[in-house]
Amino acid sequence: MTRAFDGWSLTALIVAALVALPLLSVFGLALSGSGDVWAHLVSTVLGNYIRTSLLLMLGVGVGVAVIGAGTAWLTSACRFPGVRVFEWALLLPLAVPAYIVAYIYTDILEFAGPVQGAMRDLMGWKTARDYWFPEIRSLEGAIAVMVLTLYPYVYLLARSSFLEQTATLLDAGRVLGNGPWRNFFRVALPLARPAIVVGVSLALMETLNDFGTVDFFAVQTFTAGIYDVWLNMNSMAGAAQLATVLLLFVFMLITAERLARRGRRFDMKAGRKKTHVHDLKGWLAVAAILACLLPVLFGFLLPMSVLFSHAMVFYEDSLNSGFWRHAGHSLLVSSLVALVSTVLGLVLGYGARLSGSVLTRYASRVASIGYAVPGSVLAVGIMLPLTQFDRSLNIFSTRLFDLPLGLVLSGTVFALVYGYSARFMALSLGSVESGLARITPSMDGAARTLGANRSETLRRVHLPLLRRFLLTAILIVFVDSMKELPITMLLRPFNFDTLATYTHQFARNELFEEAALGALAIVAAGILPVILLSRTITGGDR
Amino acid sequence: MKRTISTAVIAAAMLASVPGARAASEEVNLYSYRQPFLIQPMLDVFTEKTGITVNVAYAEEGMLERIKAEGENTPADAVLTADIGRLKDMEDAGVLAAVNSEVLSENIPAAYRHPDGYWFGLTTRARIIFASKDRVGADEVTSYEDLADPKMKGRICIRSGKHLYNISLIASMIVHKGVEETEKWLLGVKANLARKPQGNDRAQAKAIYEGQCDVAIANTYYMGNMQTNDEKPEQKEWASAINIIFPNQGDRGTHVNISGAAVLKHAKRKENAVKLLEFLASETAQSMYAAQNFEYPVKPGVAVSERVQSWGSFKADTISLSEVAKHRAEAARMVDRIGFDQ
Repeated sequence: MTRAFDGWSLTALIVAALVALPLLSVFGLALSGSGDVWAHLVSTVLGNYIRTSLLLMLGVGVGVAVIGAGTAWLTSACRFPGVRVFEWALLLPLAVPAYIVAYIYTDILEFAGPVQGAMRDLMGWKTARDYWFPEIRSLEGAIAVMVLTLYPYVYLLARSSFLEQTATLLDAGRVLGNGPWRNFFRVALPLARPAIVVGVSLALMETLNDFGTVDFFAVQTFTAGIYDVWLNMNSMAGAAQLATVLLLFVFMLITAERLARRGRRFDMKAGRKKTHVHDLKGWLAVAAILACLLPVLFGFLLPMSVLFSHAMVFYEDSLNSGFWRHAGHSLLVSSLVALVSTVLGLVLGYGARLSGSVLTRYASRVASIGYAVPGSVLAVGIMLPLTQFDRSLNIFSTRLFDLPLGLVLSGTVFALVYGYSARFMALSLGSVESGLARITPSMDGAARTLGANRSETLRRVHLPLLRRFLLTAILIVFVDSMKELPITMLLRPFNFDTLATYTHQFARNELFEEAALGALAIVAAGILPVILLSRTITGGDR
Repeated sequence: MKRTISTAVIAAAMLASVPGARAASEEVNLYSYRQPFLIQPMLDVFTEKTGITVNVAYAEEGMLERIKAEGENTPADAVLTADIGRLKDMEDAGVLAAVNSEVLSENIPAAYRHPDGYWFGLTTRARIIFASKDRVGADEVTSYEDLADPKMKGRICIRSGKHLYNISLIASMIVHKGVEETEKWLLGVKANLARKPQGNDRAQAKAIYEGQCDVAIANTYYMGNMQTNDEKPEQKEWASAINIIFPNQGDRGTHVNISGAAVLKHAKRKENAVKLLEFLASETAQSMYAAQNFEYPVKPGVAVSERVQSWGSFKADTISLSEVAKHRAEAARMVDRIGFDQ
């Protein structure tokens, strides 16, 4: 069979190669010597980096899975007061940059903050030795902040998945005597596993690539180590080697999970769509409300009210003509990236589905793990092929026409769109894949038997079924692009700021109040897509 | 749909590449490690005086890699940095041009510029000691060495040992006293910390005010920023709880770092770049620079701002900053070795 090399697979391979190019250049950097950096790290801090990163991943992984899947189940299968509001409100923390939340909670909870200050005044304590209070700038603090800002990934994908589950199955569970708990654990949760796994792995990749939050919390993660080797020990090669190790680790994790569920199928037969199945009353309803309210309260409402009060004070300083130009840049780049990245994700995901070839499937997996690389390192990886291209182009044009063109690709908006798309491929591909996993292959078969070719099958069968997941991809990539920082910082043209870079120049100096309006604008731009997203997901069921 | 998207991408890319590609003579392109809000006022005056437009791209990590990768195609003409370390990295990477300018050599003392003109310091900032007015006696702490004294146990706050200001301080210790002595000192400081290193220099002042610790190491300008903060008046209170101590006045002097600038080897508008540097070293820019961010001008004779003057004059460590920068990696490793940040 020549399936492996038909048009779809080939296109998918090309896309995968383009997306993986930055990673390849990071591997390339890792090949040069790094002196005795490794010996130094192994004998001093490497063990600590690894331990801290693993604990952070464990904490964040468990946290986002429990909160994300739990609230997704409550809002998709149960009925209790306020559920309609929670459906979309639970997504809101996604729009808030994690480092902003980190600043806010540090301000509130540190020794010098209002909470501990009030406690000291009230109890007559003087110093930190007089009482115990959890240290916010700690591993636990970082876990809490990341869980609060990252659980929406799991919520989003798990909820889509729960909503796709037909009433028939859950009814069958109920007839067999399952209450909401048993139905959740025995029927719904196992079926939603691929979606939850994708959500958790997105959250974990973002945990691994984060530098802002852990740096602020003085938590020594592997990523913090990468930055240290790069910038303080001036060894790009050493940093690239550490990043490569990190990638291998992520790749192994993902592969192990895929192997663990090999042979199982999660696709759905058509069936009666369900409405909310379980009615919660009394204490159960109160518990459900609390479970949904707390993540929204701590992940969104509280940080927003702090931002808002700062923005009121610094309103005039911040709101100059530049502000609107930055907002325009953010919207332009984020919209372009949302579209480009989703189309590429679809090509890649569909190509991998069609192709029997192991190569294509692995290529798509490699393409998406760039998300786990620390942003600035990936940015260097993106920059290198672009400048290399420009260099070749200049040699060519100078020789032939005596016309040096300067930089054509790097340092342009194109570079940004390419960079973001490569970085966020995991988000769009993840959504597409969890959508495709729910479409039974017999549908493909039926369509093909009826004479439709692959592209037609995609357009007429898969696209309508994937609508929800594609929109999910577009919107989460958009929201994440609004927050994107390291690639913008390194690859942008002259005089080009986005809301994120504008906010960051203040936040970097812990001039947090001056940063508030920018941060608020990032969140505001994210809220509309988030609500839209929720309506689409719930959409067809009403 | 795909076609519209790719058209849009290409159109946007072309639009954005215009200013970089245009080789107009009345422009200069700047890569900056310093935040735009700090340098824009000076750049505006420069444009007003000379008619030369300054285009800025502000970045942190990876700027050097970008310059190296762009090679001779780089659109940038000059760089601004916030410390000596980055300048030294660029010098070592061979991406800088030697500039021979009488104005620069005249305005900038030799200690704060490269002997062959590869880089120039524009302002200095001292790494000083903040001490609680209530809880630290007049002569209790007078040097960096005093911070390692056991009597300071549980009384010191500091930001991460890996922050470039601390790295530079530790590196200067290494130059003066050698690795062994410095490591002993750093271990002593570590043993005296009131909490795990965290926050920036301002956060240390807040901690002193709140009584979490008694002394901290910080850069001078943080004091100015707090003392004049009308929008957040609570910071004035933090500042008023603190005495400024210029360490080591009896011997080598207080450690200073520079913010600086350099012209790139592959600059297309070298002349304009030199003009910009000369402007930044001029009386006008130097007094603006100094007043705005409470730094010390490098040009002799330029008055420091009234606020900075109120802290008193001090003797600065005159050791070669190039020499200090050479020991940064060693300093970073020392911080790892003794687990300073853990």
